[in-house]
Amino acid sequence: MDKLHLDQHISQQFNHELEDIRNRVLAMGGLVEQQVDQGLTALLESDGELGQQVATADFEVNAMEVEIDEECIQILARRQPAASDLRLIVTVIKVITDLERIGDEAEKMGRFAVDLAEANAATSYRKELRRLGDLVKSMLRDALDAFARLDVDAAIKTAARDEDINAEYQTLQRLLATHLMEDPRQVSQLLKITWCARALERIGDHSVNICEYVVYLVKGRDIRHINFDQVQSEFLSKPT
Amino acid sequence: MNTKSNTSAASDAFDNLKETVGVVTVDDPKMSARNVDVFYGEKQAIYDVSLDIANNEVIAMIGPSGCGKSTFLRCLNRMNDSIPTCRVTGEMSLDGEDLYGAGLDPVLLRARVGMVFQKPNPFAKSIYDNVAYGPRIHGLASNRAELDDIVISSLQKAGLHEEVQDRLDAPGTSLSGGQQQRLCIARTIAVSPEVILMDEPCSALDPIATARIEELIDELRENYAIAIVTHSMQQAARVSQRTAYFHLGKLVEVGSTNNIFTNPRHELTENYITGRFG
Repeated sequence: MDKLHLDQHISQQFNHELEDIRNRVLAMGGLVEQQVDQGLTALLESDGELGQQVATADFEVNAMEVEIDEECIQILARRQPAASDLRLIVTVIKVITDLERIGDEAEKMGRFAVDLAEANAATSYRKELRRLGDLVKSMLRDALDAFARLDVDAAIKTAARDEDINAEYQTLQRLLATHLMEDPRQVSQLLKITWCARALERIGDHSVNICEYVVYLVKGRDIRHINFDQVQSEFLSKPT
Repeated sequence: MNTKSNTSAASDAFDNLKETVGVVTVDDPKMSARNVDVFYGEKQAIYDVSLDIANNEVIAMIGPSGCGKSTFLRCLNRMNDSIPTCRVTGEMSLDGEDLYGAGLDPVLLRARVGMVFQKPNPFAKSIYDNVAYGPRIHGLASNRAELDDIVISSLQKAGLHEEVQDRLDAPGTSLSGGQQQRLCIARTIAVSPEVILMDEPCSALDPIATARIEELIDELRENYAIAIVTHSMQQAARVSQRTAYFHLGKLVEVGSTNNIFTNPRHELTENYITGRFG
């Protein structure tokens, strides 16, 4: 956070508050990453117990969102932040909303993993789910990393990887659709696998959002709904 | 990694400031300042400031104490003429007319460019006479009925009439602080100015009186160009459409208030409005 000089307010107390809020977001990000990782493992390893554990632990993510939200509201009310401080608070409020939704997607995967574990149903798509899952996990990690380091270049490059996730998701969708047509008796299980794939794809979308907030925080520009080529040419550092 | 402290980086940024960041001009300006320097004796208080003031707009001037914002404001109606050591160079104009030109009477200028001060300063006269004072000396009313109209409409525009209509003969000083400030605004309006300058008009008022003045400023914007100097960043953010940030006599940045308070371009502006060292 060096670039925003968050520790250089005349009010030391304000410095502490902003530092604290930043640390809490990173802690929440860590927890959400763990939830996604374990939800995916539960699915791939047909580990119903782990799936249940992930589903149950979602309340921790929700609780962190509420706490951080409350802290942001306090700062807005008491400090009336402006400029980069205001952008930080707005970014935090938005990032934690996406993190909470990623948590919900992980919870979803956990619940489906419990159902699918009994029949070992996901094993036939293990390779594809793992590939999609690995892409999603690394994208989420890099998005959070870009937030932690306020790295606009990394944020934009990470957001660009959503295309790979979408392509992988569509491949898996096609496979599942074909399978469904060939063997309609498995509709229930195949649908659950589809929803898991969908959950992973959505986590990619939420990670894109986090990357976009990083650009807003650092550059003060809202790049949502702007052509991605334009974003890259405007904000990506040119090689020296 | 940035090893330079923010303070020294900000100091470099100030030294390297060649020109104001942002657009200082507006279409069809009411007042214009170009390359204005102001000196108090040997000491230079303002360096090469250019800035337009637009009709139907509130421009807020912010900056730390001693940054020159009040000095600049006072140049706009030649209030600095009363300071013998003060010297102003550069160009300043009202509707294209040179403010410091030989043909311009400063007394008439101050009727066109009125001023409201930090501390409410009603005359030791009745409420009525406070407002009637300007119109009388400028001969704006030919009879008592016309003067009554001016006084009442000025008090109405200043949002004070309802509160004082049954005691217009009471001394202006008998009013509360917020009422006194609105009386001073009524007194300013009474001579039909085109521009109103306000130098920290709410710093001596409580939050409710402040809110009323701010509401009034927003209403007055329909008919006047308004420039306000304020130490309250929140007030600047609330009442103005454009904001100008002054620092050590230089105009560092001008921009829409929306941009200045969410994404200022100069780090000195950022440091000031976020309360950082710099």
